[in-house]
Amino acid sequence: MERRNARQTREIVVPGDVLDNSGMKPGENAYVLDGRVHAGVMGVRNVFQNTVGVIPLRGHYMPVSGDTVIGVIIDIGPSNWTVDISAPYPAPLHVNEVPWKVEFGDTSRYLDIGNVVLLKVLSVDENKKISVTMKDSGLRRIEGGRLVSIPYSKVSRIIGKSGSMITMLKNTTDCRIFVGQNGRIWIDGEEENMDAAADAIKMIEAQAQASNLTDKVRAFIENRLPREEDDFEEED
Amino acid sequence: MSNEIMSDIRRDHILNLLKDGKRIDGRGSGEFRKIEVVTNCIESADGSARVKIGKTEVIAGVKIIPGTPFPDTPNLGVLTTGAELIPMAHPSFESGPPGEDAIELARVVDRGIRESGMVDAEALCITPGEEVWMCFVDIYALDHDGNLFDASNLAAVCALRTAVIPGEQYGKGENRPLPITCTPVSVTEAKVGNTLIVDPNFDEEQISTARLTVTTDDNGNFRAMQKGGMGSITLDELSLCLDRAVEKGAEIRKIIG
Amino acid sequence: MSGHTDMVLVDENGMRIDGRTAEEHRNIKIEAGVLSNADGSAYVEIGKNKVLAAVYGPRECHPRHLQNPSKAIIQCKYNMQAFSVSDRKRPGPDRRSVEISKIISEALEKVVLTELYPRASIDVYIEILQANAGTRCAGLTAASVALADAGIPMRDIVPAIAAGKADGHVLLDLNKEEDNYGQADVPVAIVPSTDEIVLLQMDGNMTREEFDRAVKMAVGACHEVYELQKDALKRRYSANAKEADGDEQ
Repeated sequence: MERRNARQTREIVVPGDVLDNSGMKPGENAYVLDGRVHAGVMGVRNVFQNTVGVIPLRGHYMPVSGDTVIGVIIDIGPSNWTVDISAPYPAPLHVNEVPWKVEFGDTSRYLDIGNVVLLKVLSVDENKKISVTMKDSGLRRIEGGRLVSIPYSKVSRIIGKSGSMITMLKNTTDCRIFVGQNGRIWIDGEEENMDAAADAIKMIEAQAQASNLTDKVRAFIENRLPREEDDFEEED
Repeated sequence: MSNEIMSDIRRDHILNLLKDGKRIDGRGSGEFRKIEVVTNCIESADGSARVKIGKTEVIAGVKIIPGTPFPDTPNLGVLTTGAELIPMAHPSFESGPPGEDAIELARVVDRGIRESGMVDAEALCITPGEEVWMCFVDIYALDHDGNLFDASNLAAVCALRTAVIPGEQYGKGENRPLPITCTPVSVTEAKVGNTLIVDPNFDEEQISTARLTVTTDDNGNFRAMQKGGMGSITLDELSLCLDRAVEKGAEIRKIIG
Repeated sequence: MSGHTDMVLVDENGMRIDGRTAEEHRNIKIEAGVLSNADGSAYVEIGKNKVLAAVYGPRECHPRHLQNPSKAIIQCKYNMQAFSVSDRKRPGPDRRSVEISKIISEALEKVVLTELYPRASIDVYIEILQANAGTRCAGLTAASVALADAGIPMRDIVPAIAAGKADGHVLLDLNKEEDNYGQADVPVAIVPSTDEIVLLQMDGNMTREEFDRAVKMAVGACHEVYELQKDALKRRYSANAKEADGDEQ
């Protein structure tokens, strides 16, 4: 995670670009051809120790075991639900992986199409078959609030270095904010605050490349949600 | 127009906002998104237009070729409108021959153009009973974010307004502008909850129960209508739609000049 | 290809009817990220050709029986819009567009890391808005930019351009007149990092020497197209970054 958050000089590379010809090892999304390291996806060149790779700018979320994701129920079977987690493949949620005892054929009484759930990725096998669970602390169906979607590649920007951005967002908006690794973000709080938080997230998405983004976003929220204490201070 | 599963959180948010008369993108209930029109963008067409309404984008092209008139209308030109919801425009669109949504779309656009008498069919006659100009309007949705009806109508109408009859290409006299008599403009409303909203975006369309497209001419007379969707509209709601179709139609005519 | 005309396609100074020399391609304009729903998209103009490409995926493969358990499949659909040619084209696929779709899919297979997405489909849609000879090359050029724009892992970007023969001269990037009344057409697409050929067709009549010259010319020009493809992709993000900083002034 730390590595994904690392900020480098943001050199944009496209597939085929030579990333290094001085003997570095290929990192993520890079490959070697005739002793040179080439980019294997469009993104930002990323050096880590003696490897060079690419942080993708776009593309679909690929689940990794242990990720927490926000899913939408898109289909119901007698013993499982199909969940869209914004990945290339839908994720089946088996009745054994929910915190309730569900009788065969009784699935829709617990979770219906369109319901939003907080899940953890259990495993992804080599055929990319995904299994997810709702049986862990904090995992549950979520209701109300706002659901915002951003490209998964911008998730690290929403979290910020050591969580600086997300902490600031939560503190300045007084909202509960949950960021799924798959780019879906759930916000819960006062109406006006949720709107400000949602707009701030869209602002981070649009300006992910900008510098001093945390300060800009803080200023944006403070402008949207003036704090009463501040008003008193000014009047004094 | 296409099925995609929306999260209940987003659906409830849209519905709750509408109860207070607000929309998810900040528009008022009677407000269109930004309309952009580029005409004559395709040189191989005899008339063309690319129209954007917000993020919805549609291209229409006109081809005019000599052909045989229908036996019952020997001195009238022929107008044909087709629409394709190509898979480029939305993940739910599939390739293949036009389905019922595309056919309805084409027919609603066609009706507005035909019933308003926008194209002077008599002026398309070359030799009565033998040869007339056949005018094909082909519409392609390129990016679908709701309200393909109005975007397609606008693209077809703007393409026709700039169309030229290619007389020289076929040795049938000089090139001349396609004879146009008026500008039919459609205004589509969707019923979401108990609210009618103009120019619905994709998400609004998804949770709407009914849709009404009303096409007016330059005088504000009604020329074509189509109600769609499984829900119903009341007579009062119909009245609001008619009023707004005239008002918005006039505004759109100003935009396209 | 075998059409005959009195029209002089190449004059005594070696100039072509649109003012190009034998080795010059038409004006090329490439833009990445032009549509909002698609995962990736591109718009390409080569001379009077106007082409849009959109990519969706990787996503679940439909129809299911086409799924490959070990890799993603690339399903390309090339379509000419009804008004894109001088006579109206009847909507719907014909044999020509099915063939072009197939060879473009295969050309892209070579560079896309399909093994990363077993069972999935990567769908590529190419719409010809205006055709003026060379639409398959323009379509493939656009499709590879759209794939990269979609963030699809790939080894390289595929550029394509045709060479051919008209008035007995080997020419790069035939225009419509040269294509109609010329003697040969050779569309070529390559992987620029290795110069491997991933698309090649030929029709007409050429000697071995002429053919070698045509391929060499096309491969050389592919590298120029490649630079424009990369530039389009990078421009998209440099523009974004500028916008982001500009907003806050």
